[in-house]
Amino acid sequence: MTQLFHSVLLIEEKCRGCTRCIRNCPTEAIRVRGGKARINVERCIDCGECIRTCDNHAKTAVTDPLSKLEEFDYTIALPAPSLYAQFGKETDRRKILASLIDMGFNDVFEVAYGADIATFLTLEYLKNPNCKFPAISAACPAVVRLIQVRFPSLIDHLIPVESPMACAGKLAKEKTSERLGIPEDKIGTFFITPCPAKVTWVREANSRGTFFVDGAISMFDAYGEIMKRLLTIPPPYPQLKASPDGVGWGRTGGERIASKIKNSLVVDGIHNVINVLEEVEMGRLDDVEFLEAQACVGGCIGGALTVLNPFIGKMNLESVVDKSKDRSEPPEDFVKEFRLKERLDEFIMKLDIMAVPAFRLDQDVSRAIIKAEMIEKVVNELPGLDCGSCGSPHCRALAEDIVQGLAVDTDCILKLREEIEILAEQLLEMAKKSPSALKRDDNSGESGE
Amino acid sequence: MYLEYRVDGGDFQASGQAAAGIKRTLRQIGIDAEVARRAAIVTYEAEMNIAIHAYLGTISIEILPERIIIQADDEGPGIADIPAAMQVGYSTATEDIREMGFGAGLGLPNMRRYSDEFEIESQVGVGTSVRAVIILPAKEGN
Repeated sequence: MTQLFHSVLLIEEKCRGCTRCIRNCPTEAIRVRGGKARINVERCIDCGECIRTCDNHAKTAVTDPLSKLEEFDYTIALPAPSLYAQFGKETDRRKILASLIDMGFNDVFEVAYGADIATFLTLEYLKNPNCKFPAISAACPAVVRLIQVRFPSLIDHLIPVESPMACAGKLAKEKTSERLGIPEDKIGTFFITPCPAKVTWVREANSRGTFFVDGAISMFDAYGEIMKRLLTIPPPYPQLKASPDGVGWGRTGGERIASKIKNSLVVDGIHNVINVLEEVEMGRLDDVEFLEAQACVGGCIGGALTVLNPFIGKMNLESVVDKSKDRSEPPEDFVKEFRLKERLDEFIMKLDIMAVPAFRLDQDVSRAIIKAEMIEKVVNELPGLDCGSCGSPHCRALAEDIVQGLAVDTDCILKLREEIEILAEQLLEMAKKSPSALKRDDNSGESGE
Repeated sequence: MYLEYRVDGGDFQASGQAAAGIKRTLRQIGIDAEVARRAAIVTYEAEMNIAIHAYLGTISIEILPERIIIQADDEGPGIADIPAAMQVGYSTATEDIREMGFGAGLGLPNMRRYSDEFEIESQVGVGTSVRAVIILPAKEGN
């Protein structure tokens, strides 16, 4: 059940052992031990928060190299809507797509078009009278993973339809295979990703035999390649399929706008998401129909692998959305084209979303209770400064680590100082005591009369 | 194990800490997520009741392998008509508390709804005591 692969990784040589990342991690997944940050693989949700906060750039995301394209007979780029936000306001979206083809892909399929499809699937799913309110979008994989790790009671609130990325990958393969007669497994689909969580999601799906998407290429890597070509790329340009709403999925609120569900709540930034999920868990948002939750501030345009500041990215994306509204062609009838109504089952998420008990102290409940009791005792003896100098994110986390045998109380520098003080006093006390043989006390030597 | 939290009347900033604490602890103990959610809701409602209505109170939580006992005792005005207070929508909360989004008359009914055993005692002018028990599902293999 433990997830083995994580996109987020530490570059040992660059880590200076500072404690910035441990305090920002929303699942308390990082500890500094032996002068280096260590990531707990069970708790990590690949949100990329540590990548953003590390001043030494010691955190990185593993993505696929462009050379992976060579493994396939035919390759299709799946650009995330957030990619369109990385270039100027005036950029023509078609030129971005043409640049992707020029840099080595055979074709492109917009994930924004996949988003149009995901919007349709979401609305279909919400017709189900048994779905639990608020129904939570599963489009952000870091949020899904957060729910698995920290809010398992909300798993059945997730809307289990495939993400825009998966929809795009699946349909791109189908269509291409039909059109060119190439078997689907010879067609490689590559997501141009704004975040590490998507990379992990792709690998997870692949490891379980689902290959809608074969690889994930960092937006950082694609950015330079596109930039080189953008100004000079000659026509013909690929035809645009995605609606303005589909493109708008790249920023927070995009899902709400696209689905037109008025009774919905929108939240972004992983720490804000946690606060809202706490409310959901307490049953205080049961009257809300739809919850759009994005781990990154700004939504996907704020992903850890994006180039531009998310607010500037938002400005750019809004401009791309507006420009797509001006297009005169009629909107695509994708429901008919892909016969979506008849095959809704095919678009139910293939990944089983299960609870990940990453915080459990012990397999045995009685033993876990004893440990929890010990934690309360230890935490009361710690200074409560939450300074992080011990390498754990706060005093309570250190108490947990001590009880689990992963740390000792003198890892706390204040505790250590206290003990040194006691020791120093004892030393002084001892130093004052000269050996009897040297004592010149008036009474000494005369006691034996 | 035993946890205790003090709740001050009118303190909406600190209220919620007992619920947050029990949630964290139950997650660590590995209690079924749905059961843990119920315990957190009961605790939260107990805290809010004290913050809204009483002057001072204590929430004590006992976690045993087979059940969780949540006990809330307060010094406060007490409840004159307990059967009425147990009805959904009944509330004596003041207008300004309702403006803060609390006092919808769901507190006690919710506590009863989410617990397996529920007892309430109150004396007007003295205070109220509530005891809620949540039974833990037996784990296979035990």
